[in-house]
Amino acid sequence: MGSVLAQLEPVVTPAVDWAGLLPVLLPAAGALVLLMVRSLVPSRLLPAGLDALWTFAVAAAGFVAVVVLWQRDGEVTAFGDQLVMDGLALFTAAVVFGSVALAAPTLPRYCERVGIDSAELCVLTLLAAAGAVVMAGAADLIVLFLGLETMSIAAYVMAALNLRRLESLEAGLKYFVLGAFSTAFLLYGIALVYGATGTTSLDGIAGYLDTFLVLRDGMLLAGLAMLLVGLGFKVAAVPFHAWAPDVYVGAPTPVTALMASAVKAAGFAALIRVFVDALGVRADDWQPVVFALACATLAVGSVLAAVQSDAKRILAYSSISHAGFILVGVQAASDSGVAAVLFYLAAYAVIAVGSFTVVAVLSGRTDDRTGLAALAGLGSRKPALALGLTILLLAQAGVPFTSGFVAKFSVISAAVEARSYWLAIVAMVSAVVAAFAYLRVVVAMYFGDPGTDGSDADDASPAMGLGAASVIVVAVLFTVAAGIVPGLLESLSSTAAGL
Amino acid sequence: MTATASASFPAVLTVLVLVPAVGALVLAAMPRARSDLLKPVALLASVLPAALAVWLLSTFDAGAAGLFQFSDRYTWIEGLGVSWHVGVDGLSLFLVVMTALMFPLAIVGVDPEHSPKPYYAWLLILETGCLGTFVALDLIMFFVFFEIVLVPMYFLIGGWGHGRRAYAATKFFLFTMFGSAIMLVAIVALAFLHASASGGGVSFDLIGIAENQVLATNTARWLFLAFALAFAVKVPLFPVHTWLPDAHTNAPTAGSVILAAVMLKLGTYGLVRFGLYLFPEASVYFAPLMVTLGVIGIIYGAIAAAMQRDLKRLVAYSSVAHLGFIVIGTFALNTEGLTGGVLQMVNHGVSTGALFLLVGMIYERRHTREISDLGGLQKPAPVMAAVFTVVMLSSVGLPGLNGFVGELLVLLGAFNAHRWWAVVAAAGVILAAVYLLWAYQRVFHGPASGANAEMPDMRWREGLVMVPFLAAIVFMGVYPKPVIDRVEPAVDAIIAHVEDNVAGFAEPAADVQPPVSLDDLVKSTGYDDHGTEGQSSREDGGAGHDGGGG
Repeated sequence: MGSVLAQLEPVVTPAVDWAGLLPVLLPAAGALVLLMVRSLVPSRLLPAGLDALWTFAVAAAGFVAVVVLWQRDGEVTAFGDQLVMDGLALFTAAVVFGSVALAAPTLPRYCERVGIDSAELCVLTLLAAAGAVVMAGAADLIVLFLGLETMSIAAYVMAALNLRRLESLEAGLKYFVLGAFSTAFLLYGIALVYGATGTTSLDGIAGYLDTFLVLRDGMLLAGLAMLLVGLGFKVAAVPFHAWAPDVYVGAPTPVTALMASAVKAAGFAALIRVFVDALGVRADDWQPVVFALACATLAVGSVLAAVQSDAKRILAYSSISHAGFILVGVQAASDSGVAAVLFYLAAYAVIAVGSFTVVAVLSGRTDDRTGLAALAGLGSRKPALALGLTILLLAQAGVPFTSGFVAKFSVISAAVEARSYWLAIVAMVSAVVAAFAYLRVVVAMYFGDPGTDGSDADDASPAMGLGAASVIVVAVLFTVAAGIVPGLLESLSSTAAGL
Repeated sequence: MTATASASFPAVLTVLVLVPAVGALVLAAMPRARSDLLKPVALLASVLPAALAVWLLSTFDAGAAGLFQFSDRYTWIEGLGVSWHVGVDGLSLFLVVMTALMFPLAIVGVDPEHSPKPYYAWLLILETGCLGTFVALDLIMFFVFFEIVLVPMYFLIGGWGHGRRAYAATKFFLFTMFGSAIMLVAIVALAFLHASASGGGVSFDLIGIAENQVLATNTARWLFLAFALAFAVKVPLFPVHTWLPDAHTNAPTAGSVILAAVMLKLGTYGLVRFGLYLFPEASVYFAPLMVTLGVIGIIYGAIAAAMQRDLKRLVAYSSVAHLGFIVIGTFALNTEGLTGGVLQMVNHGVSTGALFLLVGMIYERRHTREISDLGGLQKPAPVMAAVFTVVMLSSVGLPGLNGFVGELLVLLGAFNAHRWWAVVAAAGVILAAVYLLWAYQRVFHGPASGANAEMPDMRWREGLVMVPFLAAIVFMGVYPKPVIDRVEPAVDAIIAHVEDNVAGFAEPAADVQPPVSLDDLVKSTGYDDHGTEGQSSREDGGAGHDGGGG
């Protein structure tokens, strides 16, 4: 028997490092398992909050997998080098899983209050996370596109999940139509770059551009521009930002938190892969464009944030202005720029999830009590919650001893190192303008007159729930700790950037 | 020298900076039931740094005041080249001492109108920020503390202020943040350009960058302008001073005291330490501009102060004028002027801090600061009137009180460097006498009617708080030698640094030897000891007597 077996030729299968793919496999499998269970088992047999708990567990497992892979020497590549789990991918995956894990504990109470089916939301969240990780790990433009679509389609549906609220449906439709439009640009860009270089592999493109001088580069430049439009849309860079405020405000608040953190992180990871890594040789061509995009994004985001009168809308516009800051790091087109971008993404993801969680807690039964008037007197009604939001807002403004300051400091350093002084100045001045927006929220919470309408007494001070409370506490602690002792996060992002 | 000082108490400056912050955390964690303990804890957390500061003062090596003492250095953010580096020299020593003493006095002297817990916590965080700024020897560490003070002051003005407090707080925050936003870019640019020009790694170490001047002239000038903008907003210099009257007028009393006494000095101190020391050539180049702005501030502040109907706003505008003196002293770029400037930083802190406390006491009793609503307060409150007289005269610059020494030195230095500007600035001294004496006359003299006649005099606690102020005013007026002895070596070191690094620059001096030099002044004030003291006590007695008579 043994001899017979020995005579057989072993079947050759392509070697796949399954362990290395865990960051992709875990959320995808987790989503499918949850979908099956919720479809087959009657809801009354399942404990309440199972969906959120499962989501949290899967995200935490994904985070652990990332940490384990981080310790391994050498990067994992799979599927004929189309997917790569290098420092950039792992760091981004950690940000994505961290955001999902931070957003999950808020869900049970939120979904119950607003009347959203948490199963759908959780399944879609995990699918979006899987897509985001694929995007971050894409070593090929086609794979990048796959990841982007997986993530985006889940996000379109998530935005529209609050069926009782017209704005939510509008957000979903708007996001979908404009998203599909931008995807067309991205695909066309991929096609043109393929036409110019003969490959869709990012390494291949970099190698081609390194080896050959493209004399008639019209097609390449057009492709590059299209790619920038497509990815610029995903990260909500001005002038491709028009969808963002309405979608952020209309989407269920925890979904908004994920869009500002995980989706944004994946978009920037892709931007770095395509532009800094693959098209780094042609940096002279795209840097001026990104310079202009960054300036416009910073200015428009912060100025429009300053004139809003709704907390959620202020955060939405400020998210655009943060995208501008991150573009400042991308514009540097250097390893230190990439490190700064990654630091910023990690810091901002936590701040964004924390801030939007506070908004979610306060938003009431219809998820639309987010005006500044609704925040009036919060400082005396709920001092701890107000203090938490204050710290997170100050971090967004870039006040020292918060992660926000170190993040801004590192992108400014990268810009100065690349001699983009004016961009650095524009960035800091718009940070002051944005600070005005945050201060308006703070003024409303502490120095405004508390609302006297007794009708909404229940909504005015909703029970926060342990989940949301712990999320806010963790977000605040992380923000302050990473501001006082930023060494660890800084060295991780530097390592991920290859410094 | 440094070694011995550090050996007896390692990391004294780090402890000094961090104790108030720890106090703030303790306050935040205290249970609501024990609100009676809030003030004692806050007081303890601010008295400890004060004691440390006094210890610093006593162990400070006056002979080596030009060097940084009690230095202490740790790596903070390794990847970005940021370190925690602290030290004091003759320039910062008295600012640290004044800051550390001012906070306990403000905490004892004024109780918050409501919510004591966050009030004391913000005050203590503010103290950490101010102390950190004065001792920082790393550019990023300096920036971090320079910037963090905005947050507690924002909440103090907005939460415990009066009138348009939210407006004033927001304006204060945004103005100052705008200046420092550009400074951050300049700091980073300075570090990177310095590293590439000198071939070393990127470092934000103040001493390393300042002692090795490698930047191109034009670059250094641009960077200086960016730094100067941040400090000009903080000082505040004309025309970026407009936040100050609003912030002062609407702030709670303790906020005004700290704002005037300590926070404005962050700007003037920055101009010396991060202007002259970092950019000697650019400082010389832009000195005429800075002196001009200072002189405009003196005249403009004085005229605006004279026009005010609100007593607190009047004191606020007087700050604009006084800070103008400090700036012209600094940019006279000679020993007399700069020594006078540093002395004036402390003097202005003491006198204006005391003035704001007194105005706060009047407001607390009368609930108005309109000068026209007040009058004849001398009769019901003779002690307060007497104290107010001394403090006001010190602010005017009466010989024998502290303001005189600083202003004289500043004018002396400015006269040697920019003669006609000094002449114009001297008019500011007269104007100061006009607006302050006039205000005093309107508020304290004349018949007291209605609520004015009923106004209670100072309480014991308030009187005790004023004692250290009066002591400092008289002591530094009649015997400034111990202070000047410690400031002057540091000033000489800075001037020598400027001379070394700027080709063709020599300390501006008059064509002829000035009739009075610093040494003469030190001798003469010592000599005048008894006479001036007698004069000041006469003022005391006179005011008290008038009050008693009524």
